[in-house]
Amino acid sequence: MDNSKFRVAVIGIGLTKFGEHWEKGLRNLAIEAGVNAVTDAKIEGKEIDAMYIGNMASGRLTGQEHLGALVADQIGMNIPATRVEAACASGGLALRQGLLSILSGQHNVVLVGGAEKMTDMSVDQVTTTLMGAADEEWEGFQGLTFPGLYALMARRHMHDYGTRREHLAMISVKNHEHASMNPIAQFQNKITVDQVLKSTMVADPLTLLDCSPVSDGAAALILCREDIAKKYTDNPVYIVGSGQASDTLALAQRKSLTRLDATIMASRAAYKQAGVAPKDINVVEVHDCFTIAELMAVEDLGFAEKGKGGKFIEEGNTKLGGKIPFNTSGGLKACGHPVGATGIKQACEVVMQLRGEAGARQVKGAEIGMTHNVGGSGATAVVHVFKK
Amino acid sequence: MHRTSVPLLWRRFKHHYRLLGNHCKTCKTDYYPPREICPTCRRKGVLEEKEFEKKGTIQTYSIIYAGPVGFDKQTPYAVALIKLDNGPVLVSQIVDAPFDQVKIGAKVTAVFRKIYEDGKEGIIHYGLKWKVV
Ligand SMILES: [Zn+2]
Repeated sequence: MDNSKFRVAVIGIGLTKFGEHWEKGLRNLAIEAGVNAVTDAKIEGKEIDAMYIGNMASGRLTGQEHLGALVADQIGMNIPATRVEAACASGGLALRQGLLSILSGQHNVVLVGGAEKMTDMSVDQVTTTLMGAADEEWEGFQGLTFPGLYALMARRHMHDYGTRREHLAMISVKNHEHASMNPIAQFQNKITVDQVLKSTMVADPLTLLDCSPVSDGAAALILCREDIAKKYTDNPVYIVGSGQASDTLALAQRKSLTRLDATIMASRAAYKQAGVAPKDINVVEVHDCFTIAELMAVEDLGFAEKGKGGKFIEEGNTKLGGKIPFNTSGGLKACGHPVGATGIKQACEVVMQLRGEAGARQVKGAEIGMTHNVGGSGATAVVHVFKK
Repeated sequence: MHRTSVPLLWRRFKHHYRLLGNHCKTCKTDYYPPREICPTCRRKGVLEEKEFEKKGTIQTYSIIYAGPVGFDKQTPYAVALIKLDNGPVLVSQIVDAPFDQVKIGAKVTAVFRKIYEDGKEGIIHYGLKWKVV
């Protein structure tokens, strides 16, 4: 991607609360987040040129497909509206598609959103649906589950590097701690390492408290060309790097079981484009669908050497106030994981941090932030770098 | 659900009942499940069917306590990534052993088993599972 001509700015963010919204459907959530973003950006709806909506499984989870047109319909607009799907990375990819559409010169102002309505389904139906993000034909057939896939990686990481269940539990404890300061988070209660370890086993060695929950929610961003951003806001945040990579759908076919190569490739591309290194990043939202995923992200994004992620976390580096705070929103674990919304919510959190609007969970002086969104067990990764 | 389709199951029989994958003659790489093209050689690749021996070693494992639809009655069950002695890595269930025998490095061999049922009236799916030797 050639962004030498101009950059793209984020001028508005919008979120719904994450959690169980028994009284709200998919369209209610999507519109609520979109309206919040438009209000935050102080633009008129008619100034939006196009929309990209990230969603993984609305057809399976709610029976509704065709989300692009659905959202356009609900806001009474006839603009191009496109749904983007890449499993749990759908939101991150919607953001990237919106970014590319502006860089292409086609659009000036774009709404990118993500939404998922999951709690109308039973847990085993959700579990089955989420397996569509992996290799359904070969992994799903054998009774593998999503927690199961990450458990296979966790077990091998423990075997190869001496990572302990306590290291994983610390991630969950830290994310709950962060979420306790985030008013939109699904779980705002604090937990202990002991509670994580003694929680119900889901896929050994991962317990219920190592796993992100089933959630409803939506998030949206308003993007525009850099040269018109100041027209709308005094504090635009710029997207200075974007990277995306793919890997095998099936875990069995990966080169390594203890790293996500797609994360490594996507992050290196984003760092290069932004002209930054891990040491320059002040705050990062990573894809902690399971605790082991955050531990691998610490390593794969280049914050700790391979195998040293557990130690890095144990030393408190990833906590608020630490060297590089991970998941100030509470992450997928505690803020919630409405699958298609997650990648956009991550961007909303980083923008809040760079604007200095994150309240009790503010990272002091944050200037450069990053998001990391993963699809499946690592078949898609998308990384964005943001700057004040 | 999609898995109730008869042709869907039928076209997978030979891969589910036997360890029939394929092999690229150009770069000598084995694939299971079989691939349409060799991802390394692409147009230069020449793929031929290859049946793998039903022997392997556990690379990593998990015990599943919360199963998907169709597997909920089987929980808890062990799953593992298995490196075939003369082939690639595949994922399958480990049966007929207490969970403490399921370990990284354990040698396993395949057995023919019921995989799952599509409810009371539906098709019963068969295939390979693995036991520790
Ligand atoms: Zn080849």
